[in-house]
Amino acid sequence: MTHAGFVLASYAAAALIVGALVVRAVLSAKSAKARLAALEARGVRRRSAP
Amino acid sequence: MSAFAALVRRDLVLAARIGGGGYLSLLFFMVVVALVPFALGPDLNLLSRIGPAILWLAAVMATLIGLDRLFQADEEDGSLDVMLGASLPLELAILAKVLAHWLTTGLPLALCVPLFGLLVALPAEAMAPTALTLLIGTPGLTAIGAVGAALTATMRRGGLILAVIVAPLMVPSLIFGVSAANAAMGGTVPFTTPLAILGAISLVALVTAALAGAAALRGGE
Amino acid sequence: MTATGLAASFWNLANPTRFLALSGRVLPWLAGLAALVTAAGLYMAFFTAPPDYQQGDTVRIMFVHVPSAWLALFLYAMMSLSALGTLVWRHPLADVSQKAAAPIGAAFTLLCLITGALWGKPMWGTYWVWDARLTSVFVLFLIYCGILALWRSIDDPGRAARAVAILTLVGFVNIPIVKFSVDWWNTLHQPASVFRLDGPAIHPTILVPLLVMAVGLSLVAIALHLSGMRTEILNRRVRTLTILQADHPSEGGI
Repeated sequence: MTHAGFVLASYAAAALIVGALVVRAVLSAKSAKARLAALEARGVRRRSAP
Repeated sequence: MSAFAALVRRDLVLAARIGGGGYLSLLFFMVVVALVPFALGPDLNLLSRIGPAILWLAAVMATLIGLDRLFQADEEDGSLDVMLGASLPLELAILAKVLAHWLTTGLPLALCVPLFGLLVALPAEAMAPTALTLLIGTPGLTAIGAVGAALTATMRRGGLILAVIVAPLMVPSLIFGVSAANAAMGGTVPFTTPLAILGAISLVALVTAALAGAAALRGGE
Repeated sequence: MTATGLAASFWNLANPTRFLALSGRVLPWLAGLAALVTAAGLYMAFFTAPPDYQQGDTVRIMFVHVPSAWLALFLYAMMSLSALGTLVWRHPLADVSQKAAAPIGAAFTLLCLITGALWGKPMWGTYWVWDARLTSVFVLFLIYCGILALWRSIDDPGRAARAVAILTLVGFVNIPIVKFSVDWWNTLHQPASVFRLDGPAIHPTILVPLLVMAVGLSLVAIALHLSGMRTEILNRRVRTLTILQADHPSEGGI
């Protein structure tokens, strides 16, 4: 493969960036859910909540 | 229209007063132009070739540096609320403030180009065209900056974020301003072509500033 | 369905709770599909696409470079549409959609720049060329950075959304002007040897993997956007509840 280093580096950069986006999405979703659950466990509710 | 004139006069008076700092952007412009030869070396051939670029970059920076107070000061002392409720449309009030700001920054910069041009060995035949490009281009710079100033009016530290937001939007003005000034120093492009586009960009920027700035100030409430 | 029925279902979807329920069902399937299509695209990019007779294997960089460029623009368009939703229609989900799209768009713009530089080194002999297209994308990246910075500097989510919406739309008006001026600037300073992709039409053996990768990465971006919107809705609820609790410490006290 010619210039394999550059091709592999491009795909590594793509994997890194997309991977970082996915990890960030999963972690932030998890922490938001946890914080919401913690608040609701303490009995704080929104007025419009069922 | 008298309200418009009154607003312009008020801002000019404020800029001229002690603490107003109307002259500061001109001093800043001078300092930036003076720093460039220290970075590049005193090679006059090089300096004269990039002279218009230096002047334009300095103008962009001088415009950016003073803009964060454009609406912030009014927000602090409450006159922004008066403007929001006044019979003069907010869009026109913004244009009045842009005009006043330009009269204290862009206009002096453009008029001082013959002086600062000497420092960067700008050829004599390029002095007037470079001044003309700044005269036409700086209202656009101020207008684009005014949008950023309106968006950051309520922020305590608006200056840095203002520069980050607004600088990329100034790229077209910079390109055509420097192109026009370089075209006056020779080249294949006639001087008027980039100059006309620069004028168009400034006009579009003024309209954008009026509309977007008004929306930003109303939305900031 | 009648017009009013359609409008009603639109507003039902606009209800954040409904949106959470619906998107929660869609998201796993969407994410799975995105992974599947991207995996197929990667396989084709590495094993079925032939090396270019001029560029050799570096043409494989195109399979990430072009989709990232497309996504950089697509996500900006999505942000602009959401910005209109925020300013004009005050759509409840528009703020959330704007905020979720910004980091994804900035990331793909960055990816486009990185892969462009890695493609440029073997083709042009240097990592960075002030080529018209690269330069425009660079300015787009700067605009994205400004938008992200503005999001982070205003505390109140509603006010932040309106401010960012204005900046996004100003940027939207500005991007064609930037593109035009950078093209003009580039023709004035044309570097000697610039390689161009537009020559003969792209051969299907290259085009098909490119399209599959574009669809795959678009699905990835849409799944990330949906997930980001869900998280942002939850974060806003946390914020509301925290303020509520601070206002009435007796209710549900600690």
